[in-house]
Amino acid sequence: MFGLPVVQIILFGFALTNEVKNIEIIILDNAKDINSRQIINKIKASSYFQIQESVLNYNDIEKTFKKGNVKCALIFPAHFGDDLLHLGKAQVQIIADGSDPNIAKTVVNYLTAIIVDYQQLIAPSPALSYRIIPETRMLYNEEGNGSLNFIPGVMALVLMIVCTTLTSVAVVKEKELGTMEVLLVSPFKPVFVLIAKAIPYLLLSMINVIMILLLAVYLLDVQIKGNVFLLFFESVLFIITCLSLGLMISNITNSQQTAMLLSMMGMMLPTLIFTGFLFPLENMPLPFQIISHIIPARWYFIIVKAVMLKGLGFKYVWKETLILTGMTVVLLGIALKNFKIRLQ
Amino acid sequence: MNAVELHKISKTYDKGKLRAVHEVSFKVKKGELFGLIGSDGAGKTSLFRILTTVLLADSGSATVAGFDVVKDYQQIRNRVGYMPGKFSLYQDLTIKENLEFFAAIFGTTIDENYELIKDIYDQIKPFSDRRAGKLSGGMKQKLALCCALIHKPEVLLLDEPTTGVDVVSRKEFWAMLKALKEKGITILVSTPYMDEANLCERIALIQNGEIMSVDTPENIIKSFPTTLFAAKSENIYKLLNDFRSDAKVDSCYAFGEFLHITLKENGGSDIEDLKEFAAQKGHNDIFIQQITPGIEDSFIRLMQEKTQKPTH
Amino acid sequence: MEDNKAIICKDLTKQFGDFYAVNKISFEVAKGEIFGFLGANGAGKTTAMRILCGLSYPTSGTATVAGFDVYKQQESIKKNIGYMSQKFSLYENLTVLENIEFYGGVYGVPGKEIKKRSDELIMTLGLQSEAKKLVGELPLGWKQKLAFSVAIFHRPQIVFLDEPTGGVDPVTRRQFWDMIYQAAASGITIFVTTHYMDEAEYCNRISVMVDGKLEALDSPANLKKEFGVNSMDEVFYQLARGAKRSGE
Repeated sequence: MFGLPVVQIILFGFALTNEVKNIEIIILDNAKDINSRQIINKIKASSYFQIQESVLNYNDIEKTFKKGNVKCALIFPAHFGDDLLHLGKAQVQIIADGSDPNIAKTVVNYLTAIIVDYQQLIAPSPALSYRIIPETRMLYNEEGNGSLNFIPGVMALVLMIVCTTLTSVAVVKEKELGTMEVLLVSPFKPVFVLIAKAIPYLLLSMINVIMILLLAVYLLDVQIKGNVFLLFFESVLFIITCLSLGLMISNITNSQQTAMLLSMMGMMLPTLIFTGFLFPLENMPLPFQIISHIIPARWYFIIVKAVMLKGLGFKYVWKETLILTGMTVVLLGIALKNFKIRLQ
Repeated sequence: MNAVELHKISKTYDKGKLRAVHEVSFKVKKGELFGLIGSDGAGKTSLFRILTTVLLADSGSATVAGFDVVKDYQQIRNRVGYMPGKFSLYQDLTIKENLEFFAAIFGTTIDENYELIKDIYDQIKPFSDRRAGKLSGGMKQKLALCCALIHKPEVLLLDEPTTGVDVVSRKEFWAMLKALKEKGITILVSTPYMDEANLCERIALIQNGEIMSVDTPENIIKSFPTTLFAAKSENIYKLLNDFRSDAKVDSCYAFGEFLHITLKENGGSDIEDLKEFAAQKGHNDIFIQQITPGIEDSFIRLMQEKTQKPTH
Repeated sequence: MEDNKAIICKDLTKQFGDFYAVNKISFEVAKGEIFGFLGANGAGKTTAMRILCGLSYPTSGTATVAGFDVYKQQESIKKNIGYMSQKFSLYENLTVLENIEFYGGVYGVPGKEIKKRSDELIMTLGLQSEAKKLVGELPLGWKQKLAFSVAIFHRPQIVFLDEPTGGVDPVTRRQFWDMIYQAAASGITIFVTTHYMDEAEYCNRISVMVDGKLEALDSPANLKKEFGVNSMDEVFYQLARGAKRSGE
């Protein structure tokens, strides 16, 4: 009773901030003049950014983005300084990873602020000023559509609720009613009871996935850029992970209430917090980041973003898929092994 | 071959802190209607769960239909019909759906063994489209029995089937058990109602996890060691207190509208002494009679003997 | 005349739509009487008892409980009755003493009185060494004796007992009835609802409800005589066999 407020205060006070720090940025400096250097130095000095590498040409930018760590890029055109000094205005291009619209917007704001600051600094007089015009591009999400980020999150959450909570409650209900006792004392193999309980929720969840995707495409105008079948396959994998979790919970609890509480508090809250769709994972204290690695939804979230929003293929998500598969095998193993052929 | 055999079965809960049953042994013959009589918390349900293989005993061994409850649990599960203490039905399925479901679980159909459940099923058939959750206690009990019988079990294990069910349904239920027994099914049934003991062929009296006696109801009553009197007067509570203060009286307890009284051995006193004593104490409408004890009297006697000379 | 009556019911009726849960029942219970109130499931027992306990209003008819009117003086009724059922249990995670104090407080027994009476009670129950133990650790029989003592702790005029001894062992049941007899002898009226017929035989008088109506009312001995049978079970069987209602 006292644990909950303490945990929540700590979580929301420290771990979960929308402020973004140490954003990895790449800079393509085609001008290489005093002005571009000065801006780069200003960026370096700020605690918000970490300059990752200076790529040499435009095409390298997208490759780096696909790796997933780098959130934005700043590009100075050739003759940046010349244009600024002689024409009184110059352009820079900001490219942000739009698959995470919240972070992308914040990043663009930070960069714009630094640039505006610089432009006031070098102004010879208040009356006469240089204008640097940032041209912003949201990669993978040109319109900056906010739905993009929450759809993978909602998918992870819905599957978690349907599979984990409903499955565990359904199995525990049989225990409470006493029907489990009768099923045990029957020729029916006990493990089939579990499997039979899980199958309806597997189907239900698959329909849910299809529904969410249809709504996303036709109602929210989100484009599925990657392979739909890959997305579906990954979703089924995640569904099985959640079902295993649900079965595991049902093994250790005897009342529907406990099962409900366990799946809600024990599964949904971590999914909300540690997946990264409400609060950027990058800024969490290290222990939290470590915890986030054991949350299956985190990996599923990464996969869905990559496939659905960035249009990446299996070769970009095989690592996450492997981790998720491993988790599923372990969880399912524990669930089936712990299922008791007896009552106690 | 005995249908059910228990040999020194013991079971504790809470890592040995709570004793459920202690060295319980008894045998149920094939085709017998055997009653396990005891109050709540006596250990009846633990015994049933051990016999149905869903609970492991701490020590001792048991067989059901000739199979070991630990090693051959799957064999037993194929062969017994079980009604746990709470009626285990799917509340949101109808009578018919429940029956079909359990038939499917046991790999059979309603039609295949319809002969066995017909008499019982006919009584609830008019309601076959009603959900189990909306049935009265008596109807639920009949449905649960049908479900337990659907696969024609060799042994029927019924844990307190008549608890919380009204008198009429209880009577009907025992008639059904009798009919099933005639069809050759072994029945082990538990009950907290002492009066139901007489409906069994043999009974085991269980209290505090220990078996106090196993025999036919007649023999248990016959072995009541002393004469029993029933008494009443206008003021039963005063009569109870008066007799308890009487040096000749061994025990005196309320029994329905009467008091049941036993006298001390070698006291040489009889019914006349009791009447005289009551009259002396100023009672009116005195009625005292020698009676045949019932199972409940035997049960009380056995319990008292147990507490007087503790076994441990 | 009416001074020695604890409960007086006249044509008491409770109607739900066109369903008569309780249909014109009339009876009187004398002070200090042990009165059995029987009926099959769905016969209307619970509904009638709720009215008498001041928990619901009748549709028509009159009734007084402990001298208070069931329409106008529900609060006074509640203060003057005690209630115990087999299902109603004490707080398992409070000690014996704490349970007594809690219920004493709920029924408005003054603090000093609580202290005095609870000491007495623990003495008479022989629970001295268990007074500080959690109720959950007591054997079932003791719990029930304690529950009954708590129900009459505030010295109510009437105590309602709902299947008080179902499922307990015969010896504990005897001890329990000793307590009930004692309470009755001290002037408390005992109103027992049950469908355990052997429990009913301990009552001075018994009423049997069938389908909302009061079908029989007499002493167990007279009822058995009237129906020409040996046990209350048989009496009840004959009365209830014709019942049309059987619900939850």
